[in-house]
Amino acid sequence: MTRQTAILEVDALERRFDVSAPWLNRVIERKPRRTLRAVDGVDFSIQRGQTLALVGESGCGKSTIAKLVTGLHPPSAGAIRFHGDRDRMQMIFQDPFASLNPRWRVGRIVAEPLRTLRPGTPEATVAARVSELLSTVGLSPADALKYPHEFSGGQRQRISIARALAGEPEFLVCDEPTSALDVSVQAQVLNLMKRLQREMGLTYLFISHDLSVVRHMADVIAVMYLGRIVEIQPTADLFANPLHPYTRMLLDTIPDLEAPNRERAPMGGEVPSPVSPPRGCSFHPRCPLAFDRCKVERPERHAAVRDGRVACFAAESAADV
Amino acid sequence: MTDTVLDVRNLRVEFPTRKGVLRAVDDISLTIRRGEILGVVGESGAGKSMTGMAILGLLEPPGRIAGGQILLSGERIDTLGEKGLQRVRGRRIGAIFQDPLTSLNPLFRVGDQLVETIRQHTDLGKAQARARAIGLMREVGIPAVEERIDNYPHQFSGGMRQRIVIALALCAEPELIIADEPTTALDVSIQAQITALLKRLCRERGTAVMLVTHDMGVIAETADRVAVMYAGRLAEVGPVEDVVRRPQHPYTAGLMGSIPSLRSDAEDLRMIPGSMPRLDAIPSGCAFNPRCDLAGPRCRRDVPRIAGTGAACWLPLAGSTALTEGETA
Repeated sequence: MTRQTAILEVDALERRFDVSAPWLNRVIERKPRRTLRAVDGVDFSIQRGQTLALVGESGCGKSTIAKLVTGLHPPSAGAIRFHGDRDRMQMIFQDPFASLNPRWRVGRIVAEPLRTLRPGTPEATVAARVSELLSTVGLSPADALKYPHEFSGGQRQRISIARALAGEPEFLVCDEPTSALDVSVQAQVLNLMKRLQREMGLTYLFISHDLSVVRHMADVIAVMYLGRIVEIQPTADLFANPLHPYTRMLLDTIPDLEAPNRERAPMGGEVPSPVSPPRGCSFHPRCPLAFDRCKVERPERHAAVRDGRVACFAAESAADV
Repeated sequence: MTDTVLDVRNLRVEFPTRKGVLRAVDDISLTIRRGEILGVVGESGAGKSMTGMAILGLLEPPGRIAGGQILLSGERIDTLGEKGLQRVRGRRIGAIFQDPLTSLNPLFRVGDQLVETIRQHTDLGKAQARARAIGLMREVGIPAVEERIDNYPHQFSGGMRQRIVIALALCAEPELIIADEPTTALDVSIQAQITALLKRLCRERGTAVMLVTHDMGVIAETADRVAVMYAGRLAEVGPVEDVVRRPQHPYTAGLMGSIPSLRSDAEDLRMIPGSMPRLDAIPSGCAFNPRCDLAGPRCRRDVPRIAGTGAACWLPLAGSTALTEGETA
């Protein structure tokens, strides 16, 4: 892109969920209120025409951010500033079976955003646009008359993409769009998404747990752990020089197809419960570099330290040297 | 006596339907030796899980074994019948499935489930069985076993539950473990822990493992040999290094190319056009021929077969492969 302008800015975003026991149990058994901080102070921005990826394991809050950005959940604190047309934000979901109405024909599914966002569009125009969209995503205009169950998973995900494109979006939130697909079909869908981005100048917020997919798709990668961004870097930098110990561990879990059957020590431990995260840096119980400060104080990203790319005391002190 | 634990010969699994008989597994031959991990890889509907289920004798009717033989340490098990199979399943063949939550009974403590399984397959008394359960839980890497043995499945995380399922599969010291997508429901960091565990157990105990998965990465990290399946047939069989780095079958090559690589900076991923045929519309000749750039007249006419190791392909990519004459379709 020639002009670097942010289309989305997220500041100190928080989302808490109340996971307390029912009122009666709290009164009788004196159980305290408990809150889950699904998203706990997250900042990032996305440049127009680029792809920002959020990666992390289950429960790290990446899907909650997708729901906050699209307005499906209100934030508990913090700000989301979208410098675009709200009507031109669309979403692609993970499960191509659950996200399409099984009783609607494909034509009606794809036309829905058109009919909702531009009521009064002549039916002939809608039909022509549906045919065009189906062709764009590599399906046949005749498919408009079929029902979702007549399609395979990859084809259904193409239908989801056609539906998302119907509203002429400028910004797409993609929550694990290829996780339910076989690899050869995943490649087809990822190539399609990249082609559409080039042709239409789309901006993607791309959510995935798969670092090799993310490397292929994203310009900037934010690694999340227990509701926080622990590292955010341009893709090439992140892979060449990962700063956070968690990122390094995640990178080490990617199987290397060029060197099969290598011996390696898998990452120990598991992601703790987000209801009672560890004090200090929430990664410290699994971190090989943790020292006393990590157990009591929570690291933040500071612009002064490594351009604000990492939230880690060990990385900070390494930078001082 | 050889050290071949599993010997599957020309296995065929069929499903009679109103529209005709569907062949979900078509002439599959495989062997697994003691202490060897055979990865069976393929996309959804390739027949890989069906092969595992057929070996376990767990095909859902109307699915049935329509041909071939299954030998466990030289003894046929496909002709045993339900009663005989019950003595084989759990005792001589252990099973690990994708979802650890559905493999465990939510209403019983995990320790009791282990003790029950151990006592069903061995002559151990209650106290001995409990001691064995504790030993197994320790072996699969569950921390603070004495405290956790009386917990219920929901009190464990997904990774820990899968470890308990592995302990359950090990209860009777089986010769063979069939693991069907054992890491698919788990996070990447936990996935690596579970595959490392499987590898270690297989090596230490000499158990043969059939690892069924769609994930080439898991195969590359874990398996000694690989069998690639496509539309119910074997596409390629060989040592993991050969299949991953020098695939001979165009389908295997396409599959490997479509995985985003950490070393490539290509703008687009290589992709295989189209999708795998449905079982009621398998083309004549090689099932892959409509999607194959290299297909010739023979590929559309004759079904290529594998003799032991190599690719089921009339025009393999690298080197020459011994092919047996297939049936004409």
